[in-house]
Amino acid sequence: MRFFYNLLLTAVLAIILNLFLPWWSIMLSAFVTGFSIRLKKSAVFFAPFLGIWLLWIVYGYSVSSANSFTLSTKIANLLPLGGNVILLTLITGIIGGLAAGAAGITGRLFSEYFISPDKN
Amino acid sequence: MLSLLITLGVWYGLNTKFGQIPPLGKFLDPFHGFWQNEQTETNSPETELSLERLSAPVSVHYDQQLIPHVFAQNDLDLYRAQGYITAQHRLWQMEFQTMASAGRLSEIVGAAAIDYDRGQRRKGMVYGAQNTVDLMSENPIQKALIEAYRDGVNSYINTLSDGELPIEYKLLDYKPEQWTLKKTALLLMYMTDMLAGGESDLENTNALKLWGKEVFDLLYPDFYEDQDPIIPIDTDWSGINVVPVEKPDTEFPMDFVSQTMVKPHPHNGSNNWAVSPEKSANGNAILANDPHLGLNLPSIWYAMQLSTPEKRTYGVSLPGALGIVIGHNDSIAWGLTNAGRDVKDWYKIQFQDNNRTAYAYEGSWRTTTKEIAEIKVRGGKTVYDTIVYTHHGPVSYDHNFGNTNGKVGYAMKWAGHMRSNNQQTLLELNRARNYEDYKNALAHFSAPAQNFVFASTSGDIALWVQGKFANKWPDQGKFLMDGTLSSHEWQGFIPQEHNAHTKNPERGFVSSANQHPTDENYPYHTYSDGYETYRNRVINDFFRANDNITVSHFQTLHNNNYNLKAAELLPTMFDSMETSDLTANEVAVLEEVKRWDFNNDIEKNGPTIWEIWWRKLFVMAWDEMRNDSIAFDYPSSYQTIWLLKNRPDFKFFDIQDTEEIETASDLYLKSFKDAVNDLAELKENDRYSWGDYKRTYVGHLLQALPAFSRFNLPIGGNGGIVNATSQNHGPSWRMIVEMSDTPKAWAIYPGGQSGNPGSKYYDNMVDDWAAGKYFEALFMKDAESNSDQLLFSQTLTPSK
Repeated sequence: MRFFYNLLLTAVLAIILNLFLPWWSIMLSAFVTGFSIRLKKSAVFFAPFLGIWLLWIVYGYSVSSANSFTLSTKIANLLPLGGNVILLTLITGIIGGLAAGAAGITGRLFSEYFISPDKN
Repeated sequence: MLSLLITLGVWYGLNTKFGQIPPLGKFLDPFHGFWQNEQTETNSPETELSLERLSAPVSVHYDQQLIPHVFAQNDLDLYRAQGYITAQHRLWQMEFQTMASAGRLSEIVGAAAIDYDRGQRRKGMVYGAQNTVDLMSENPIQKALIEAYRDGVNSYINTLSDGELPIEYKLLDYKPEQWTLKKTALLLMYMTDMLAGGESDLENTNALKLWGKEVFDLLYPDFYEDQDPIIPIDTDWSGINVVPVEKPDTEFPMDFVSQTMVKPHPHNGSNNWAVSPEKSANGNAILANDPHLGLNLPSIWYAMQLSTPEKRTYGVSLPGALGIVIGHNDSIAWGLTNAGRDVKDWYKIQFQDNNRTAYAYEGSWRTTTKEIAEIKVRGGKTVYDTIVYTHHGPVSYDHNFGNTNGKVGYAMKWAGHMRSNNQQTLLELNRARNYEDYKNALAHFSAPAQNFVFASTSGDIALWVQGKFANKWPDQGKFLMDGTLSSHEWQGFIPQEHNAHTKNPERGFVSSANQHPTDENYPYHTYSDGYETYRNRVINDFFRANDNITVSHFQTLHNNNYNLKAAELLPTMFDSMETSDLTANEVAVLEEVKRWDFNNDIEKNGPTIWEIWWRKLFVMAWDEMRNDSIAFDYPSSYQTIWLLKNRPDFKFFDIQDTEEIETASDLYLKSFKDAVNDLAELKENDRYSWGDYKRTYVGHLLQALPAFSRFNLPIGGNGGIVNATSQNHGPSWRMIVEMSDTPKAWAIYPGGQSGNPGSKYYDNMVDDWAAGKYFEALFMKDAESNSDQLLFSQTLTPSK
């Protein structure tokens, strides 16, 4: 359950922070969430990773499908991914997820260091 | 702590541009990155926008091509809105072109652009732009309008969120600057350089020194035979009281120059024409224009209708400049082709010493001024380049650039540097009502000299060759000149009223295609290194042969693929080439090209055979000029063909590397055999038909970035053909206007109104353009009409 809360909070906080801050708002969001909703082991990374992965994939894909994937097809040729929009979408998610995951771990470690050692 | 460092590392890695790779986190973020550019303007248009300092609301209606029809209450509001709306669709392009003009591309793309930037600075682009700003600022009314445009652009820039930034800023990771009057002037300089930046003076000097005057005049004559000039041949010039200029009794400096600056594209040119009411089927004058420029996305043109209660003007604008450049209003229509006259000359400067603080002039020393150009380089150290100015102009070539020794330099004298008020000409043309208004508007226009075609609803047609032209003595400015002598300087200018022009000529049509402005009877010198020699004759022959002209005739002529150059040489080649030892394959190719009807249509093989054969022949004919240590300008195709036909044993036709003495017919055979080899390879690679060989493309401004460009467009033609579409160059706007009581226009351009590659209006006109189709232009009477033909409307309201 905590895994899910962390995931959800990371995503929701990112949406709010996105309104004022640039792309790294997802890192801030994952950091804050990692700090406040403590998770164990690999979940520390994967909850924020999945939260942002989903957020970026769903939002990017929906924006693009509303415009018949005109630009994403071109970018998928430019990067170059052979024009494969699905691949571009997945990579977008992974890049966002990695950034969030790393920030999540740091948030978790900060809470340990500044608040209280992990009792689990 | 290690975790913090890794996280910061991830942040840095995804926030930074590495080489060509954009900052990935920033770029892929669907909330701010490229996904936010995945937008077509019609998806959820904003219908209410606020714009600072408007005096009244402005309504903007977008038609089916996303062309905005702007209705404002006065000119200040109109141009403020034009700036805002243009920036909305073309911000990146308009800024990028001014950065290129100013020699500041290194700031955006890094060290790769340093040489380009230095060249721009040394051409005096910024110097010329500053002169234009100074002049524009002297007229308070005009200045206020240009400032309104500037503020309109800046209002848009200031509302831009990170997500709304045009995608090119995101790819290259930078941000727009504020717009300024100087940027508008730089954009005008960019056009001036493109159209009036060419000359061959130093190449000519090399040729003169090496081969002497007689051969030079044969290779590069002032006038080509059998041409059809812009101003009809029988024009009477006897009323002109010419200001005489004497050729001084001095020699040109004879220097060898091995390398010269990059020149503008030699195909930069255009067609325009108009027929009189008597010659047209409906009794209305009809006018057409198609400027031939590099084919780019976003397109160089942005179409608009600009209206106030006093006027309404429709046509294309240049993003960055005010008003309509080519178009029509309720009373007149006008169009441009490049005049191409030589308005850039070089003076040899003798410096006192290596410090270059003084130079010799008429027996004494004059002081130079120095400008230190600061070229900022992205990811590198700033480059400083000292540019020396003389009273002639900037010393573009000196020991720091080019190849002269320390005490010698070449200074540029260029009409493009002179104070010029092209912007005023455009503003006045936009509201002109008749021939007199048009004529008065042109008087402000100095450079780049243009052939302004004109037609009015009252039935007048006219054409003025307009620019500020030095009144030159014979051969002045054709070669490097002596900067120490006042007699080598420009002695004055051709008076405005003496500029060549024609109004309502008897033949019932006017036309220009970058050819000679006049015949040899015009009492001033009109030398250019590159007058056009084929399109002009096809166009004029068409109008001589046809009456009862309609818009559809005009469309046919725009799309005319007749290759006059091939038609003038191929029969001679067939007749005089020795064919007895041709192989069976060679005979087959020869038979195929013999069957060709001289039309460069995409499905034909003849144009490909001709093109390859001609190129081989041309290079073989001028093998003397393939020389790395001396710069040459090849003779024109026209003169080459004239010599091949009239002087088949001209000494240059002998191939230097062979024992035998070759003549024209030997070259035909040798070049044909070479061509057949190349053609076999093309055939194997499916590039044999003209369309497959030419492969026309419209390339994105960033070096034709493939994902943002359009390739393999099925369109015929070529340079030198009325449909002047070569691989990446051609008709950048085709417009036809019938001057009925309310003028009616048909138009097309190879692009789209939106500069955003994510929009379906980015390239939506490309296919119709290639197919030779037009859209019927909407000319809205008022802000309320035609609502069924609109995509959406916007109201710009004054913000508090």
